[in-house]
Amino acid sequence: MALAVGCRARPGKARDNKTGSWRVFKPIFDHEKCSKCGMCQTLCPEGCIHEDTEGTFIPDYNYCKGCGICAEECPKEAITMKQEEK
Amino acid sequence: MMEITEGSHAVAEAVRLCRPQVVSAYPITPQTHIVEALADFVANGKLDAEYINVENEFSALSACVGASAAGSRTYSATTSQGLALMFEVCFNAAGMRLPIVMSIANRALGAPLSIWNDMQDSISLRDAGWLQFYAEDNQEATDLHYIAYRVSEDRKVLLPSFVCFDGFILSHTYEPVDMLTQEDVDKYLPKFNPPERLDAADPVSFGMYATPEYYLEFRYEHDKALKDAREVIAKAGKEFAALFGRDYSAMVEGYKLEDAETVIVAMGSICGTIKDSIDEMRAEGKKVGLLRIRVFRPFPSEDITKFIKSATHVKRIAVLDKNISLGAKGATAIEVKDALYGSTVPVWNYILGLGGRDVRKKDIKEIVVLAEKGQGDQFYGLRKEVL
Repeated sequence: MALAVGCRARPGKARDNKTGSWRVFKPIFDHEKCSKCGMCQTLCPEGCIHEDTEGTFIPDYNYCKGCGICAEECPKEAITMKQEEK
Repeated sequence: MMEITEGSHAVAEAVRLCRPQVVSAYPITPQTHIVEALADFVANGKLDAEYINVENEFSALSACVGASAAGSRTYSATTSQGLALMFEVCFNAAGMRLPIVMSIANRALGAPLSIWNDMQDSISLRDAGWLQFYAEDNQEATDLHYIAYRVSEDRKVLLPSFVCFDGFILSHTYEPVDMLTQEDVDKYLPKFNPPERLDAADPVSFGMYATPEYYLEFRYEHDKALKDAREVIAKAGKEFAALFGRDYSAMVEGYKLEDAETVIVAMGSICGTIKDSIDEMRAEGKKVGLLRIRVFRPFPSEDITKFIKSATHVKRIAVLDKNISLGAKGATAIEVKDALYGSTVPVWNYILGLGGRDVRKKDIKEIVVLAEKGQGDQFYGLRKEVL
């Protein structure tokens, strides 16, 4: 991406910032345990958890900062935080 | 046309002739007369601009940031504590590459409270990424506003400018000033035409977030634009000289340097006093010259090197600073020393004139004597009886 003078940007440009690089702990989703309640999607501050056509919740690791709120709040304890090796 | 006018009014008239579309400022001594005059111009229909009244300087410059991003030629003026309150906005305006022009009627910074002149205010913002012009007299203070808009708005630069002149010493002094006409200024200063502007129909944001993968490069580009401004200043100065006869193409000005053994380096109105004392010292057989810095940002390192490093007659340099980077030295001295790194010529720093302390010809002569004796890097004129 070439620099825009004065760091100007068109709407939607924030998607270029892959905030996933900030992550230390990565949420691992166990879809067997998941009851599809959607709590993780509701509470994700980054808005990076999406529901696919079968009702399964999938995090977008390009943007997940690894805050761990989804794992903390999951009523089925289906999400575990795992330290990432980079 | 030559007019006898107060510095502030001459500057306000020059700003009017630049046709700013938005003016936003907050009154503060000794800048007040400038913004009062501009408010009058707008109220009386002599200037077709939005004059935005605000609650403080932070808001004043913020209003200018919005207006400039929307594509307006924009002006503000402040000094001292007012400039200090603008600190954050100064960095944002420059990072967003908005060519705002702001007059600084230089004044000391508190505490202790002082309304009087030194250059601590604008010097303290030397790292903000703005161009910084310093005037010696009111003619120059006036003309530098035309130059500043021209350079700032150049697409190679796109950076804001401070036009600095000493508070009270220039702002409140009546001097003859050759005022340009509207026709003159229109010939010199084209309409502001930024490459991109805020537009609800085609949304764009300025100064967005840069991740660690990009921030360093943005700073590099900013620094490069400021350094590239050197060429633009030279060109804008030459064109101004061709049209109106006064030449501001050089970032430094030499006075009797050809054979000078002692070179004084200084900025601002003090240089008038220095020139007079040089004439007197030369009559007594002392070879003294002045290197006046007109543009402090970008810093004219190469010009200083060109004047001094190759000259074998220079035995010593006395840098006069009306500011101090507390715990180090005067800002000008630090940068002059950096420019002359590797030279064996001693560079002595004198901190003087802070908070409105008068500097006279006899002081300049005493400083030259001190430099000849190899005594420097000191405050000059301390009243030992109160210490």
